[in-house]
Amino acid sequence: MNIIVCIKQVPNTTEVKINPETGTLMREGVPSIINPFDTYALEESLRLREKFGGAVAVISMGPPQAVEALREALAMGADRAYLLSDRKFSGSDTWATAYTLAHAVRKTGPFDMIICGKQAIDGDTGQVGPGVAGQLGITQLTYVFKIRRLDPEGGTIIVERLLEEGREIVEAKIPVLLTVVKDINQPRFPSLAGIRRAARADIPTWTAADIAPADPSRLGLDGSPTRVVTICSPPPRAGKAEMIQADSVDAAAAVLAGRIFSRKVL
Amino acid sequence: MPLLKIDKDECAGCGACIDACPFGAIVMVGDKVEVSEQCTGCGACVDICPMAALSLPERAQETSEDLASYQGVWVWIEQFRGEARGISWEMMGQGRRLADARRTSLTACVLGRNARQIADEAVTFGADRVFLADHPELAEYRTAPYAGILSGLVRRYRPEIFILGASSRGRDLAGSVATELYTGLTADCTGLDIDPDSGLLRQTRPAFGGNIMATIICPNRRPQMCTVRHRVFETPAPDPDRRGQIIEINPALGKEPIASRVVDFIMEEGEVNLADARIIVSGGRGVGGPEGFEPIRRLAEVLGGAVGASRSAVDAGWIPYAHQVGQTGRTVRPDLYIACGISGAIQHLAGMITARIIVAINKNPEAPIFGVADYGIVGDLFEIVPALTEQFKKRLGGKR
Repeated sequence: MNIIVCIKQVPNTTEVKINPETGTLMREGVPSIINPFDTYALEESLRLREKFGGAVAVISMGPPQAVEALREALAMGADRAYLLSDRKFSGSDTWATAYTLAHAVRKTGPFDMIICGKQAIDGDTGQVGPGVAGQLGITQLTYVFKIRRLDPEGGTIIVERLLEEGREIVEAKIPVLLTVVKDINQPRFPSLAGIRRAARADIPTWTAADIAPADPSRLGLDGSPTRVVTICSPPPRAGKAEMIQADSVDAAAAVLAGRIFSRKVL
Repeated sequence: MPLLKIDKDECAGCGACIDACPFGAIVMVGDKVEVSEQCTGCGACVDICPMAALSLPERAQETSEDLASYQGVWVWIEQFRGEARGISWEMMGQGRRLADARRTSLTACVLGRNARQIADEAVTFGADRVFLADHPELAEYRTAPYAGILSGLVRRYRPEIFILGASSRGRDLAGSVATELYTGLTADCTGLDIDPDSGLLRQTRPAFGGNIMATIICPNRRPQMCTVRHRVFETPAPDPDRRGQIIEINPALGKEPIASRVVDFIMEEGEVNLADARIIVSGGRGVGGPEGFEPIRRLAEVLGGAVGASRSAVDAGWIPYAHQVGQTGRTVRPDLYIACGISGAIQHLAGMITARIIVAINKNPEAPIFGVADYGIVGDLFEIVPALTEQFKKRLGGKR
């Protein structure tokens, strides 16, 4: 099983605070982490490698400091890592990002599977995984929370997907691209040996020139069909909570039920 | 090298751009600002600068495509087991408004098996025209055949706007179709309107777990595609007397085997369908264990609602992940959200802050959940929730 994992470095939003005056995010000093969903993707790939052999390669597109995320992935056990970093990639929307990643995937050589997190916690789009699958013309299986069976010889995989109404069990032919949800596994911590190995590892940086068959007009801001016109804070919720107090629990519950009834949502 | 250009001679060092930047990419160095590699070229800072010292490179204009030849608003009608999903009718209501604003027609795309009655329904919900692809291979949603058929229809009939519900299937499908067509796709919108000057679709969506709202356009490619969250737009009232054209298309399926196959479907029992729920009762760390969800379930049952949970309750193994509300779970938008024993971490708030009415029940009067709630009670959820359940039982009487 040759598996490629696409990861994104994101700000650790558990540490993001909102500036009460301007309503904007205060990102100063906020540490960057691997997108949590991507850690599930990485863990799943490592488990498949342990079971079926092969290698795990990790790709990330981002600024030069995204190399830290790749080093962490190597410390967890990935075999190889590649950083896509070039000013020409700046301003990429999901289409251009998927296009760029797909060209990088091709450059890494033959693969059986690509695994991505279902979405990144900063952009929240969930579109890059399907975009990469579309660019490469392979089957996509999104929102996977369990791999039921993998048959490398037969070239088939059976997964469970988490949908609104329940779990869908799908069989597909390899190669496939999976996007995974949180419940699929519990990611491991990097081992000491892994950290040492990762610190010494050579992580190549690929620029637009390195993925040369890619059409330069389809990269970065120029290659992106969408454009952000404004960014603002969401409207705050009006007013403060009405705190309900009463002599007894039953009396308080009665008042609350009355309030809810008066809002005509039941 | 970041995209943003700063004219150092003009910069007054006021720092307005630092506050405006959603990515923390601008920092003060001495008495001037500098931009780091974190810059994504989003442009949030450009108009904020009182000295007009900030600029982004102009984009090349698309000239090869005749954008004006793309007309009409399209909606994909999602079906599951032969029935249309409610989110699709919400899309039809908004699609109708956009089509009227653009003085154009509304088209529904129905793919399925024996789906004629869904096509008829789409007309009652506002479609002027329905494309109906009825084929045994389309009984269950699968990405490849669905995306292939829709991409083919778009290439032939050239819609200006294409809207899909942001369900799991909708997001799966939209990503595939937009990739194939090389057009812009905006995920998970919570607002759509037409810019009166340019006629472009303005697509507003939350990012950073709901901490910022971004408005996005697709100026040079067509169709302008987006997915829209559940329960943002009202379901329109169907009009049984409405007339529309239903065009059957014969998809070229069955020649080549489709690379995936749905082998089974396990319906979630009970009250998990959070996306569609009008009422959600959620439990957090305060419920203390799996059995602590019992009073929560009973309240949900009396209200006819779904059961949600915070991440800590899910991570503790008290309730399955399918119930998780928040950044790494589901984003919900019910009319009523009752948070029981949930402190209100920013990641949880991201998933439920747009609920119409939020009720918080928590022991800790300082819990952040009270900051976003409409009504709050400080106290023990194991006393309050059963008391509340009794009150609702009394008031709802025979109605439920």
